[in-house]
Amino acid sequence: MLDSNKDSLKLEAMKRIVAMIARGKNASDLFPAVVKNVACKNIEVKKLVYVYLVRYAEEQQDLALLSISTFQRGLKDPNQLIRASALRVLSSIRVTIIVPIMMLAIKEAASDMSPYVRKTAAHAIPKLYSLDPEQKDQLIEVIEKLLADKTTLVAGSVVMAFEEVCPERIDLIHKNYRKLCNLLIDVEEWGQVVIINMLTRYARTQFLNPNVNVKSDLIKSNPLGEKAFYGSDDEEGKEEKAEAAALAKRKPYVMDPDHRLLLRNTKPLLQSRNAAVVMAVAQLYFHLAPKAEVGVIAKALVRLMRSHSEVQYVVLQNVATMTIKRRGMFEPYLKSFYIRSTDPTQIKILKLEVLTNLANETNISTILREFQTYIKSMDKDFVAATIQAIGRCATNIGEVRDTCLNGLVQLLSNRDELVVAESVVVIKKLLQMQPEQHSDIIKHMAKLTDNIQVPMARASILWLIGEYCEHVPKIAPDVLRKMAKTFTNEEDIVKLQIINLAAKLYLTNSKQTKLLTQYVLNLAKYDQNYDIRDRARFIRQLIVPTDKSGALSKYAKKLFLALKPAPVLESPFKDRDHFQLGSLSHLLNAKAGGYQELPDWPETAPDPSVRNVEVPEWTKCSSREKRKEKKVEKPFYSDSEEESGPTESADSESDSASGSGSGSESEESGSGSESEESREESESEQEDKEDEEDKRKKKKKTDRGKVKAPAVESPERFFFIFSRFRFLILEVQRLASDSCSLRTSCRRWHKKTIAPSGSVKTYELLHRITGEGLGVEYCFSRQPFSPDAHMVAVQIMFTNNTNAETKNLHVEDPKLQSGMRIKEFPEIELLPPGEMVTVVMGIDFCDSTQAANFQLCTHIRKFFVSIQPPVGELMMPVFMTENEFKKEQGQLMGMNEISEKLTLGEKCQNEHGIVQRVTSAANVSRVPCGSDKECRFAGKTVSSGILVLVTVATKEERAAQLTVNCEKMVIGTMLVKDILQALTQ
Amino acid sequence: MIHSLFLVNSSGDIFLEKHWKSVVSRSVCDYFFEAQERASEPENVPPVIPTPHHYLISVLRHRIYFVAVIQSEVPPLFVIEFLHRVVDTFQDYFGLCTEAAIKDNVVVVYELLEEMLDNGFPLATESNILKELIKPPTILRTVVNTITGSTNVGEQLPTGQLSVVPWRRTGVKYTNNEAYFDVVEEIDAIIDKSGSTITAEIQGVIDACVKLTGMPDLTLSFMNPRLLDDVSFHPCVRFKRWEAERILSFIPPDGNFRLLSYHVSSQNLVAIPVYVKHNITFREGSSQGRFELTLGPKQTMGKAVESVLVSSQLPRGVLNANLNASQGTYTFDPVTKLLTWDVGKINPQKLPSLKGSMSLQAGASKPDENPTIIIQFKIQQMAISGLKVNRLDMYGEKYKPFKGIKYMTKAGKFQVRT
Repeated sequence: MLDSNKDSLKLEAMKRIVAMIARGKNASDLFPAVVKNVACKNIEVKKLVYVYLVRYAEEQQDLALLSISTFQRGLKDPNQLIRASALRVLSSIRVTIIVPIMMLAIKEAASDMSPYVRKTAAHAIPKLYSLDPEQKDQLIEVIEKLLADKTTLVAGSVVMAFEEVCPERIDLIHKNYRKLCNLLIDVEEWGQVVIINMLTRYARTQFLNPNVNVKSDLIKSNPLGEKAFYGSDDEEGKEEKAEAAALAKRKPYVMDPDHRLLLRNTKPLLQSRNAAVVMAVAQLYFHLAPKAEVGVIAKALVRLMRSHSEVQYVVLQNVATMTIKRRGMFEPYLKSFYIRSTDPTQIKILKLEVLTNLANETNISTILREFQTYIKSMDKDFVAATIQAIGRCATNIGEVRDTCLNGLVQLLSNRDELVVAESVVVIKKLLQMQPEQHSDIIKHMAKLTDNIQVPMARASILWLIGEYCEHVPKIAPDVLRKMAKTFTNEEDIVKLQIINLAAKLYLTNSKQTKLLTQYVLNLAKYDQNYDIRDRARFIRQLIVPTDKSGALSKYAKKLFLALKPAPVLESPFKDRDHFQLGSLSHLLNAKAGGYQELPDWPETAPDPSVRNVEVPEWTKCSSREKRKEKKVEKPFYSDSEEESGPTESADSESDSASGSGSGSESEESGSGSESEESREESESEQEDKEDEEDKRKKKKKTDRGKVKAPAVESPERFFFIFSRFRFLILEVQRLASDSCSLRTSCRRWHKKTIAPSGSVKTYELLHRITGEGLGVEYCFSRQPFSPDAHMVAVQIMFTNNTNAETKNLHVEDPKLQSGMRIKEFPEIELLPPGEMVTVVMGIDFCDSTQAANFQLCTHIRKFFVSIQPPVGELMMPVFMTENEFKKEQGQLMGMNEISEKLTLGEKCQNEHGIVQRVTSAANVSRVPCGSDKECRFAGKTVSSGILVLVTVATKEERAAQLTVNCEKMVIGTMLVKDILQALTQ
Repeated sequence: MIHSLFLVNSSGDIFLEKHWKSVVSRSVCDYFFEAQERASEPENVPPVIPTPHHYLISVLRHRIYFVAVIQSEVPPLFVIEFLHRVVDTFQDYFGLCTEAAIKDNVVVVYELLEEMLDNGFPLATESNILKELIKPPTILRTVVNTITGSTNVGEQLPTGQLSVVPWRRTGVKYTNNEAYFDVVEEIDAIIDKSGSTITAEIQGVIDACVKLTGMPDLTLSFMNPRLLDDVSFHPCVRFKRWEAERILSFIPPDGNFRLLSYHVSSQNLVAIPVYVKHNITFREGSSQGRFELTLGPKQTMGKAVESVLVSSQLPRGVLNANLNASQGTYTFDPVTKLLTWDVGKINPQKLPSLKGSMSLQAGASKPDENPTIIIQFKIQQMAISGLKVNRLDMYGEKYKPFKGIKYMTKAGKFQVRT
């Protein structure tokens, strides 16, 4: 039929073919017959042919080429719609040969008169990019051009292309930022979503954290970091306090007008009918807005809850994360999260999560009443989740703990076994917090062992009885007797707990239970499960006194009956907010492909003038002036310090000399570990003086009479001094010609901040005598090397000690081990006599401690030099939680684990000392840890990103154990050696 | 963005697939089927399913799963919202969105999907524009098409996408110019055992059917706009004007559309128009239970409560219900244990009631939970929040349109716990 002359027949044929495609049947045999109809006049036939082509062109590349000329003709058509559709189809055909044609077509279309064609061009960019990533550079040019487009039609599509092709080129946005903000409301809804998400990321790199003052206040006033505030009066007051208590020098935060522009222009979009847009704005506010303003999104999000259940599901996930951080925001809408019996189970469980997060002293009674109704539900999964929720409420809110416990005990008589089992597990957790008062509950639970069959619950009861057998001395042996009888029929977890119970009883009450324990252990000895056999053997050795029993059996009682810390019941949404809200990664709590990490706020704002667009002269002027004013208000940051120079006293000289560069470079400088106390003190004195100075200034300027002198112990101040300090150090380093003698410690202040920058040791690369007057030193700055993340940044300092100029300093002829790479520093044209200059170069050591050899050339001489990294510098810090750490450690056992016993050196017996030593030996970061007997650190190797986990467990006296888990054994062994040395010194 | 789309019917067959980028094998749906098997109820299938190489995002509507395959990070709501928009479009085109309707119109469906997404990114989702590109099938047109051989695809190329008002097609002509607005409010409420309200909120929408020639510019004002503090608008509404004057000013799309939706939250007091007296008891040990239910109107401002439908999911142990309805008919499905009672109109003089006994499984213990009662009703000519339209004006065209406004209150998710 396709060969017929009649369009109607052709159409009928094409319809059938499309129906085949839709059903997933293979219609590729018809390709030759179809492709010749591409030039057909009938629009519908044409369209269907296009559908067919796009589907099968990839499989039949040669034949598909036949159709290309038709599209090329279409690209020149006077009708914009035909041009657009030709480009659309052309770019959808995934045939690599036509890449150049596509490139040409896109470039042409990008400068088309019609915005519709330009939009299509923007759509075509990611298509071409996925076909041939090598075209990236050319495509970026096109994107740059299209980003400058002023029509709303194009904006959404081009930002989408930007996100897919070059999300890292944030610099392309600067000039278009304000335009995008202003156009936003008129862009079509799908484009809005993409633009808002992109702008969120952009804002995070360009503006300062608006909550910086508030946050520090929160941490101090409330160590749990909970209890945000939203009431207006209340907040006002707190903010005042925050300001006063925070940094003496830091002026109140002033929001960048561009930041404000973004917030103002996105707010109306909260009223969009499109849930995705609302969510995008909500996440933007959550991530960017000052605390006081975030509240506006709650109402809009609650409105979304009325939508389809899938939308509800996603929204609730996000609300759950938000409620952990900002509980107050959703409190007024508590009732909107009440559960209906018709909700799907997954929605019910999410709502429950939100309700639990929202619970506080004032509303807990209403929430518990709601929970009571839920417990009667027919949906058993939901009931189980409710019981857990009650448990969490009980742990979080002390006042209701007893009420909850009583309620849960009542549930123990429920007929449904799942309910009972779940209650037992929750009660167990609750009882662990205060076992003394609840021996009757334990007794009650002991009775339940006869009836409950769910293994988890049985295990929980047995554990409880064993743990608190002293509170129930009569019942415990009896329970053991019963359990011994049924031992062989129990599940594995129950068996393990029976053995545990037996061991504990044997230790406390060996008279009554000796035989029973023997019996149980004998049974376990012949169990099928090797875990159980092992456990039995282990316990027998430990508790039953034999002639050759080891040293451990003395401590058996301590081992088994140690006081265990109560479990923390926390929300599964706790750590999720490090993913951008509303993203797929957040929903899955795992990084999805192509996810762009939300960057942290910068310490100092990058230059805002990059966003200035060419505007008539007079407006430019005024905006500049405004900016200047604003800068003056923040003397903390280096660039402004320069401007306010005259008001500062002598010691500000060093600052102004450092110039604006110090702001960014200060990050790179650290300080030596062995401290010269005197130096340090003098500098901190200086620091204090300067503080005073600035404080006075601030008082003058803001006329804020009630600014109190800050408590010296406050962490903010530490942090502050610390960051000031780094300026000075850098300065001194630069001024003093032989700076290697200067090693100042600011670790004392560093302790409370998280910043991982460690100490910096300087090594000699070229002595000034061998170098004929040119002295070269290097150190590992421990900063990520931005041009290539796999490289270690090496900071090299040249000092010219001659009285002639040294010219054209550069690297030549690197001799490297295979795989190693080097990124040379830019050539130094001129080094005047007596001057010193610092450059950074990157070396990919491939995770080995092999030296990198190269020649250092001046205009007259060449020197052979080599850089050999200590193993500790081959890694960079990784942040992880305690749980993640344990999980990772669990996967790196056996061969990958190296432990060593050691005796701690004089100076590092306390925790702080250990942390200092370890971080100076290796570039790792501290992992928060519950016990004070252990310090944990995590890092990963720079080149291949392999995890390196370090644990230092301290024991009595000065003994300690060092454990390193790392997949690469060489690195592990060397690291153990290095850290050992650092710790024992 | 969106890579492929699969439509799956309730029996688990893929009956349509469409790919926007390179072809993804339909075997990815196996992960979806697995999740479907695990879920007890069809609506419990998680909307987002991660698989080794792809992510599946699905929505369930009209007993069809729309499964989108994506490969990289994309806001999940973006995809979900888009899928719902696809369903809405199908509904708009074919009247109802069933498997049969989609299969019958597979070519139109394919053309629509092709226009709605380009390389996985939404292109044209406004139904006005789509209708210009692809004419919806009607019986008359099918007949004409088969005789004359003409097609569904628009003869002229659309211009809507290029104009300043992308939601309105150009060159609209009617002989009768009319604009109708329906204010529909739904009450969501949970009433507890004793009859007191736990939560109640009102969800309102204004749906419009505008058939006006040319490019009319409408303004709609309310008597009490302060009620509307939480609203979302159709993109056609000028937001600035609303902020400043609380007047809705817009150039309407042609045909049916949702002008705005609003939410009157639980902080405001919501009048509950019906009350329920109930007495449902199961006695321990006996295989009988009592069931008594009486409905009555309250706070309806003299309007009649109509189309009342009561339904309740009885506990699993109930074998049969032997009831007596004073009005209307009741049915009890012994398999799903669903009791429905079609009451009709409530007569305030003679309150409808449903009384009788339930027989339980012999030997089974007393159910823990009393069933929740779900009530549906309608009240014509009243918006329960008290919202009232003041006037509608038209600018930009010379003719005088016929205007109409209708109010209605319905029960949304209205539940009574017993």
